[in-house]
Amino acid sequence: METKNIFSESGIIITMLLIAIPIIAASILVMIKAKAVLKKYLKKKELEKFNEYLKGLSPDEIEKLEQRKREHEFSLSNLELSGDKEPIDCKGLIDNISEVETLRFVEQKKKSQPRPYIEPDLSKLILWYLGCATFWLLFGTTVGEYLGIKFVAPDVDQYSWLSFGRLRPVHTNAVFWGWASLAMMGLAYYVIPRVSNVPIASIKTGYRSLVLINVSVILGSIFLMAGINNGGGEYREYIWPVMALFGIGIIISLQNFFKTIAKRTTKEIYVSNWYIISAMMFLLVIAIIAYWPSWQNGLGETIIQGYYMHQGVGMWFMLFNLGLMYYFLPQQLNKPIYSYSLGILAFWAQILFYTLIGTHHFIFSAIPWWLQTVAIIGSAGMIIPVVAGTTNFLLTFKGSWNKLSGSYTLPFYLIGILFYFTGSLQGTAEAFRFTNLVWHFTDFTVAHSHLTMYGIICFMLWGFIYTVVPRITGKEPPQITVGAHFWLALIGLLFYTFPLMYGSTLRGLMWMEGTKSFIESVELMAPYWLWRAIGGSLMWFSHVLFAYNFYVMVRKKDEIEIPKSPIDILRAKQEVDKQTITN
Amino acid sequence: MEFFNNHKTLFRTALSLFIGLTLIVAIMPAINNQENNAPLPNYEPLSPEVFLGKKSFIANGCVACHTQQVRNVAMDKIWGSRPGIAADYAGITRTDFWRNTATLMGTERTGPDLTNIGTRQPSLAWNLLHLYQPRSVTEKSIMPAYPWLFEVNTGLKEGDVEVVVPDKFRKDIKGKIVATQEALNLVAYLQSLKQPSLPDGKTPMEFLYKKEEKPTINSANKAVLPDGKLLYTQNCGACHQANGEGLKGAFPPLKGSPIVLSEDLELFVSIIMRGYDARPEYAVMNAVGTDNNLTPEEITAIINHEKTNWGNNAKTVTPEEIKKMMDFIKLTSKK
Repeated sequence: METKNIFSESGIIITMLLIAIPIIAASILVMIKAKAVLKKYLKKKELEKFNEYLKGLSPDEIEKLEQRKREHEFSLSNLELSGDKEPIDCKGLIDNISEVETLRFVEQKKKSQPRPYIEPDLSKLILWYLGCATFWLLFGTTVGEYLGIKFVAPDVDQYSWLSFGRLRPVHTNAVFWGWASLAMMGLAYYVIPRVSNVPIASIKTGYRSLVLINVSVILGSIFLMAGINNGGGEYREYIWPVMALFGIGIIISLQNFFKTIAKRTTKEIYVSNWYIISAMMFLLVIAIIAYWPSWQNGLGETIIQGYYMHQGVGMWFMLFNLGLMYYFLPQQLNKPIYSYSLGILAFWAQILFYTLIGTHHFIFSAIPWWLQTVAIIGSAGMIIPVVAGTTNFLLTFKGSWNKLSGSYTLPFYLIGILFYFTGSLQGTAEAFRFTNLVWHFTDFTVAHSHLTMYGIICFMLWGFIYTVVPRITGKEPPQITVGAHFWLALIGLLFYTFPLMYGSTLRGLMWMEGTKSFIESVELMAPYWLWRAIGGSLMWFSHVLFAYNFYVMVRKKDEIEIPKSPIDILRAKQEVDKQTITN
Repeated sequence: MEFFNNHKTLFRTALSLFIGLTLIVAIMPAINNQENNAPLPNYEPLSPEVFLGKKSFIANGCVACHTQQVRNVAMDKIWGSRPGIAADYAGITRTDFWRNTATLMGTERTGPDLTNIGTRQPSLAWNLLHLYQPRSVTEKSIMPAYPWLFEVNTGLKEGDVEVVVPDKFRKDIKGKIVATQEALNLVAYLQSLKQPSLPDGKTPMEFLYKKEEKPTINSANKAVLPDGKLLYTQNCGACHQANGEGLKGAFPPLKGSPIVLSEDLELFVSIIMRGYDARPEYAVMNAVGTDNNLTPEEITAIINHEKTNWGNNAKTVTPEEIKKMMDFIKLTSKK
C-alpha cells in the first residue's frame, strides 16, 4: 500500500492522535520538572545570602519586629455584639437544618412535594397498576435481552417455546400492552380526577380493567410461545379473543373516565383529558379495524397492518403520554404550561397527519403508489405537531433550568422530550423514498423503535412514576439508585441504538451495491449486534434498579425512626409516659 | 370557546375526524384492493400439505426475519424476477377462525427474502438439514435451529426421510435423525414459494433506482465476465459450501471432482442446466441454471471459479463454448 494512503485512513489518524496525547503530556511534565529544579537552586543561593544578613541584625531592629508581631496577633472575643446571652429563635424561623457530616458521593436532590389529598382506595388502585406495569417491564425486557443475546449466540437454546420467532412478539407485546399501557392507565387514574376536580366515577371498574389487561398479556404471551398467533402482523400477534380482553379493559375504563369528566367541576376540559380520552377512543377504533375480517384479504391485510401498527404507537402511546406530560410537566416545574393553544394545535395536527402515515412501512411494496405518497407527505406533516409539542415543553422549562440539577424526576422528563423531537423527526426522515432504500428491512427500524418507544415513552413514564408514587405513599426512592437507573438506561440506549444504526446503514449500502452475497451482510452486522446486546444489558439492569426503587416507594413496613424534631420528641415522650402509666 | 368546554362535542369531533381519515387511508383502499385484484392465472392454490406447512411457518414466527415481498427497486432484483404486485397476494385469505390473513410480507430482512425461495433452493435434503441446524450448511447463519421438527429413531421405517447431519452437529445422537411430518410440510411450503409469471403479453413493472451499467471493457477482445465467486456463493455455495468440499453424505465436493476438472463440458453443463440424481449417496440436485435463469456468461464465471479454486487447477472455458454446449443440451433434452 502507498504511504499516503495509510495516513489518510481515519483509523490510523485516530490512533496517532491517541498516541500523541500521552507523549505531549509527558513532554510538558518534563519541562515543568526542569523549571522547578532550576528555581530551587536559585532560591537556595538567595537563602544563603539572607542568613548572612540575619547575623548582622541590631537589637533595635529586633524590638521593632516583635512589636509588629504583637499587633498582628490581635483578635476579637466574638462576644462584642451579642454579649453573653444564649441565642433563641422564638418564632421558629430556622428549622430542618441538614448538616452534612460525611462526604457527598451522591448529590442531594429536592424532596418530593408534599402530597395532596388522594382517596386511599384510589391510591391503592394506582399502585396496583404501576406495580403490574413494573412486572411486565421486567418480564418483557428480560425476554428482549435474551433475544438480543440470540443474535450473537443463536444456539444458546433450542427449545421451541423459546425460539426467536416466537419470543420476539412476546417481548414487543409484553412491553406494549403490559408495561407501557398499564403504566399509562394507572397514571390516567391519577390525572383525570385531579384535572376534573372530582373523585373518579368508579374504582371497581379500574380493578376490572386491570385484571382484564393482565389476563390478556398473560394469555397472549403463553399462546405466542406455544405457537398460536394471529398471522404475523407486528403488534397484532395476539389472536382476537386475547386482544378482545384487552379491548374490553380499555372500553370500561374509558367509560369510567368519561363519566368522571362529565361530572367535572371545572368549566373547561384540561388539555390532558383531550389527549388521554382520544388516545383510548382511537385505540379501540384501530383494534377493531385491525381485527375485523371484512377487509383483510390479500393486500388489504397489509394496508390495514401499516395503518394499525403505526396508529398503535402514535395514537395510543404517544398521544396518551403527551396528555400525561401536559399535566405532570407544569406540576413539576410549578408553573403553567407555556402555551395552552400550542397544545391544542399539536392535538389536531397530530390527528390530521399521524392518521395518514401508516403505509410508510411498505414503501416500494405492491401497495398503491398514491397511498405510499400520502404516507410520506403525512410523515413530513408530522413536523408540525412534533415541533409544536417540543417547543411548548422546552419553553415551559425555560427559566426553570436550575431546577433540573436539583431534581431526580426532571431529567427523565427532559430526555423524554428531547427524544420526542429527535426520534419523531428521524421517523419522518426514514419515510423518504431514498432513505427507505438504505434503511428499510435493516435493524435501523429496530434502533428507531427503541429510540422512540424507549427514549420517549419509557423515560416519560419513569419520570411520571417517580413523581406520582412518592406523593401517594410519602416514601421516596434512594436517590443513588434513581440516578443509576437514569444513567444506565440512557447510556444503554445509546449503546443499543448508535452501533445498530451505523451497522444497518453499512448493510443497506451493501445491499444496494449488490456485489456481495447476502450472508456477508449478516457477518457484517455481528459486531453491531454484540454492541446491541451490551447496551441492552445496561438497559435491562436499569430496570432492575427501577423495580427496586418502586419497591422502596411502596413497601408497607416503615423504618424504625428515632424522633429528631422537638415536636416528634415531645410526642414520643408523651407516648412513652402514657405507656408507663398504663403499665 | 364553548366547543372546547363541552366534552361530548369535543370528543365526538376528534373521533369523527380520526374515523373519517381512517376510512380514506385504510378501510377504503383495503376494500378496494381486496375487491379489485384476482390471483394470477397460473397461481397455484395451496395443497393441504403446503397449507399445514404455512401454518407452521406462521406459528414459529419466521416472518420476524424473512420478508415475502419484492419491491420495485433494483436492489430487490435478487429476490425475484419482477416486482411484486397486488395480484400476487390476492389469493391469500383468512387462515382460520382464530387467525387473520397472513400475507407474511414482513418488515425485517435479517434473513433473506423468501418470495421465490422455492425456485432458488428447492432441494429437500438441503432444506431439512438447514432447518435441523442452519450452521451445518451456512457457517455464519444466525437462524434458530428447529430440532423439535425432527425425531431420533433407531431404524428407518417405510417412507421415513433421514437427515444426514454432519458429525460436528450431531451432539452425541446415536440413532437416525428423521424429519417429522411437520418438517416435511414446512419444506413443502418453502418449495411452493415461487413467483408466478405474468400472463403472456404482460410486461412486468420496471425496477427503480437501477445502477448504471458499467461499460464492459474489451481489453484484448475478451469480454469481462461477471464475479464468479459471488455467483457461486449465491447459486451453489449453500450446498457445495464456500470451500468446495460439500457435506459428507449430502452434497458432493467440487474440490478435486473429476466432472469439474474434466475437459469434457457436456456432463458439467448438463448437471447445472438439468440437475443430477445419479449418485444415491448424495441428495438430488435441482436444475440450478434453468431455475435461476443463469446466462452463459454467468455459468462460465461459475465454472471457471470452480475449475480454478480450492486447489483445482483446470483449463478455464469461454462463454462461447458454454453457449454452444447450452444450445446443444437444450436440443437433446427436447427430443
